[in-house]
Order: sequence, then C-alpha cells, then structure tokens
Amino acid sequence: MTEMLKVVDLHACAGEREILKGVNLTVNEGETCVLFGPNGSGKSTLMSTIMGYSSIEVTQGEILFKGEDITDKTVDQRAKMGIGMMMQRPPNIFGVKLGDLIKASSPIGASVLEDASKFKMQDFLDREVNVGFSGGEIKRSELLQLTAQKPDFILLDEPESGVDLENIDLIGRKVHDLLYDGSCPGRQRHVSSLVITHTGQIMDYIGADRGYVMKEGRIFCSGRPTDLLKEIKENGYGECDACQQIIKL
Amino acid sequence: MPADNQAVKDALSKKGAFGADLDLEHYDEGSGDTRTIDDLQSSEYKDYMEKVGIVADEINRSGTLMFIDNGMSHCHSNQQEGLELMSVKDAVKKYDWVKDYFWKAMDPAKDKYTAKTYLEDSDGYFIRVKSGYHIKDPVQTCMMIDTDKTVQNVHNLVIVEDNASLEILTGCSTSPHANDALHIGVSEIYIGENSDVSFSMIHSWGKQTGVRPRTATQVGKNSRYTNNYVILNPVGSLQSFPTATLAEGASALYNTMCIAHEGSDIDTGGLVYLNGRDSNAQIMSRSISMGGHMCARGRLVGNAPGVKAHLECRSIIMKDGGSTNAVPELEAHVADVEMTHEAAVGKIARDQIEYLMSRGLDEDQAVSMIVRGFLSGSINGLPPALQQELDTAIEQANLGD
Repeated sequence: MTEMLKVVDLHACAGEREILKGVNLTVNEGETCVLFGPNGSGKSTLMSTIMGYSSIEVTQGEILFKGEDITDKTVDQRAKMGIGMMMQRPPNIFGVKLGDLIKASSPIGASVLEDASKFKMQDFLDREVNVGFSGGEIKRSELLQLTAQKPDFILLDEPESGVDLENIDLIGRKVHDLLYDGSCPGRQRHVSSLVITHTGQIMDYIGADRGYVMKEGRIFCSGRPTDLLKEIKENGYGECDACQQIIKL
Repeated sequence: MPADNQAVKDALSKKGAFGADLDLEHYDEGSGDTRTIDDLQSSEYKDYMEKVGIVADEINRSGTLMFIDNGMSHCHSNQQEGLELMSVKDAVKKYDWVKDYFWKAMDPAKDKYTAKTYLEDSDGYFIRVKSGYHIKDPVQTCMMIDTDKTVQNVHNLVIVEDNASLEILTGCSTSPHANDALHIGVSEIYIGENSDVSFSMIHSWGKQTGVRPRTATQVGKNSRYTNNYVILNPVGSLQSFPTATLAEGASALYNTMCIAHEGSDIDTGGLVYLNGRDSNAQIMSRSISMGGHMCARGRLVGNAPGVKAHLECRSIIMKDGGSTNAVPELEAHVADVEMTHEAAVGKIARDQIEYLMSRGLDEDQAVSMIVRGFLSGSINGLPPALQQELDTAIEQANLGD
C-alpha cells in the first residue's frame, strides 16, 4: 500500500511547551484512521502541525506527504498538495463572505455553491465566515469548503462535537461523501483521512480502517478502531499506562 | 450672511482643532473661471474622475455637478421632478431664501479653512430635493484640482426637504501636475423631517496634497443620514471631522475606510450631537496603516433621553514606520442614554491568514481578501454603487506592495 502520510519522530512545541513528544504514525492511500486520546493529549496539535500552522513549531522529526518531506512547507503549499482540514474552532474572518471564500479557493467553488442547500448552507453564503455560526453551522461550513477543495487527505478534528442529533446524520453523510469521493464503497478508495473522535459517532459513517491512541504527546498503540473504542468506553485510557506499547520506528 | 466679518477675518489665523497647520499663504487662490465640459466621456479628466467613482457616461445617475479648481465645469441633470442641481451662485440668484441656509450649520470662524472659504465667498454645488420626492439614482459631484500651488475653495449646499430621499456620490481628485495643492470643501447639508440622505465621498489626491473638508449636517425629525468616506490612495495631509446634529428620532451612520500610505497623514472620523429624544448614531471606522500616520476619531455627544449610540474604530497595521491612533470619545449629559465604544489596533491575526491558506490561497491572496473584507465587507448598508467603486479602488490600491 502507498503511504499517503508518514509522521516520523515528530516533536513540536506551542510556545515554550513541548506538546508532541515523538509521534510516529502512518496513513495509507485510501485509508481512514481514527485518532483517540484523552483531552490535552496533543491530537489537535498534531493536526495543526500536519497542516503547517505557525502557532506550532516543529523541533524534531519530519512529516512526509505522498513521499515528499513537507515539514518546512507553508500551509498553502500543503493545501495545494492535497491536504485539507476541518477545524474544530476555526477563526472568525470578519468581512469575508463564505461564498466568496469558496469561489476564491477552488476552481469548482462556484458549482459547489449551487449545492449549498444540500449542506443546509444556502443562507450562509453572504454571511461573514464563521462569525456567529453555531457549532453545527461551523461543521457544515467546513464541509462545504472541503467539498469545493477536494483534498486527497483530510484532517477532521472532532467532526461530531457540538452537533445536534438531527445534524449529525447530515454531517456524517457529507464526511462519507468526501472520503469516498462519490465512488462506490466496493472500489478502492483514494482519499485518506485522519479523524479525531471521542464518542465514535462519526465511525458509523466513515468505515474506519485503523485506530490510533494518543496520550501525552505520543501514539501509544494502533488497532481495530471498534475494538479500541470499546476498550476506551469500558476502561478509559488507564490501560495505556499499564501497557506502554508506544509505537516506535 | 449672519457672521461677524471681523471675527471671521480673525479666524484666518486660527489653526484647525486637529491635523497639521497648513500655511494658506503657500497657495494662490484657485481660478474661478469656468472651463465648460459638455461631454465627460471625452474629457481629459475622465480617468481621474472614474478613479473616484464618477461615472463618465452618467448612466444610472440622476445628475452630475463638476468643479475644476473653483469654477463649475459641468452641470447636467436628467430633469427628474423634484430635483434641482446648479451652482450655489445660481441658486442665490434664483431663490432669496438660499442665503438663509448659508453658514447656519457651519460656523465660518471655526478655523482658518472655513474662514478662507467664507471670505472668498466661494461658489460650490447646490442640490435640492423638494418635499415628497424620492430621487431614485444617485447624484454625483466631482471636485477636481487642476492647478499646482492653488487652493480649491468650495462651499456646497444640500437641502433635502421633508419626506424625501437622496443619494450623493462625491469624488474628489487632483490632476498629476497639481500635486501640491489644497482642497477646502465646506459642505452644509440640511435634511428635513422623515427623509433619508446618503452622502458618500471617495478621495484620491496627490502625495503632497492638503485636504481639509468641513462638513456639517442637520438631520431633522425621524430622518436618516449616512456618511461614507473612503480614501485609499496616498495623500499629503488630510484632516476632516464631519459633524451631524440630530433631532428627535433621527439617526446618523458614519462609515470611514482609509489606507494611510507612507508619507500620508490622515486624521478623520465623525462627531454626532444626539440632541433629539430617541435619536441614534453609529460611527464605524476601518483603517489600515501602510507606514503612514492614521488617526481615527469618533465623538458621540448624548444630550437627550432615549439616545443610543455606538462607536467602533478598528485599525490594521501592515507596515512599521507610521503611527496609528484610535480616539473614541463618549459624552453624555442625561441619564437615560446607551452609548458604547470599542477600538482595536493591531496586525492581521496569523490564524486568520493561515485559515484561508489552508483552503489553497497563497499568503498575498489571503491577506488581500482579509483586508478587503476588513475595509468594506463588515460594514453594512453601503450603497451598491459605492460598494462597487470601493472594490475597484481597493484593487487599485496595491495592498501587496
């Protein structure tokens, strides 16, 4: 299997504090990986580091994407190579209309806007990006943007958090569409993803292939996502302390 | 003229309350000769006019008034009923009562610039909308300085009577060879009851030009006044602090959008006296310093119960070397008022730029999208014609340099 993303011994700091303490992780082409871990374990930081946000400084290790070292590449270079991210709390962009951003960011942006109603976002295109959006509206806006962007590798940071039961189905289906890129689930997938989830609800929609558990800035283990989720639901992350099966190179 | 001539003469040496003190002796008085332009489209000034939003073909405009230096060059109206356009001098000849409006909203002894305009008995444009008429398309006015080292002195009069509405788009500019000139535009705007007036000004001057607009507006009972001011190109020294006085139930909205380039000194904002019960006002300022000096002022004075007012000054600093001041002031003289302000000065937040970059925009595209949004997108209620002009002007302002 071709490796889409390979993270090797990644150390990274936010300000003075080291958050990532030697992360090793691989996501293959067409693979959907789920990232579990307690609050504060570094999951969102890992995603921001993969996307290239400058609030995080890489101090050691490397990030390979499609075989190329992207550790020093800018955010837009990574986006152009095919990485897309759904943020949990994206910033407000005052004065910029959602529709204008989508049109500017993608050659197919204008045609995606015609389908905005399928995301229940038709009334938001003239609104300022993220300003006054509810939790569910932010998720739908992010998904609409990603649908226009068509990334090969998608980082999804808690896609179901803050979403009511009615919207979770819509969001789940749209995430599914993104990952399968319209093709039949029976075929080989090309789009890969890394998905942070606490509840596992999103797993009903995405057909997760592999699960990773992150704790204290490192990946502890990997396994079948449903099994890992069951263990975490029953026993929390306590077992990780006893197990200490840290993924090494 | 009600003013005491001697007091006004004395005011010739009175510095403005804000901004650099410009030496009037440095400039000759601009020529009042008329250089008639029949067709704006074939005019040599066409490009400069279009830069400040003046539509040369005059389509979708109710009329156009143009001054070159101190002489009226063009006055065209599409003869809409209820609308009168002419020079102030012609208006005085036509109606005895016009003089009653002279220097009523504006004190000629306010400073040396108003005094100069008063003493020169300056001409200007006269716009009147009669009671009960709603003028569909905007009236456009253009003030062009064409002679170096001269002062353009104009005194404009706008009268919108009761139950009426009007939109004015004003574009002011200099020819490239008239860089070191001074523009003094005194505008008095009188709005009756239950009327709606929007006054939008786009400026584009030379790097040395001095600019001292003096605008005073009286807003009648239950009327609405919107003042938009845009300057995105380099200027020498610009200082303006337009004032509105509100009657009962009246409202005023001031939107200011500025870029202070290196070498530019801009001091602008708005002052509203909320004198009538339940009157309300908003002053919104968006400015960007590209290495120039920028001062955004706002002052709200609550003099009556039920007053609601809000003031917002936001500035982005893109380049070091200049300075940015936000000066919001609230003053209340009765208990039953609700007045607020907020001010923010700083760079564009990095997370916003990177958020747009994560959608594939490069850094320059992301910055320019945020800046464009900052200047115009977060201000509601701009007239569509102005929004279009603003977008074009922002494109041309070379924010990336």
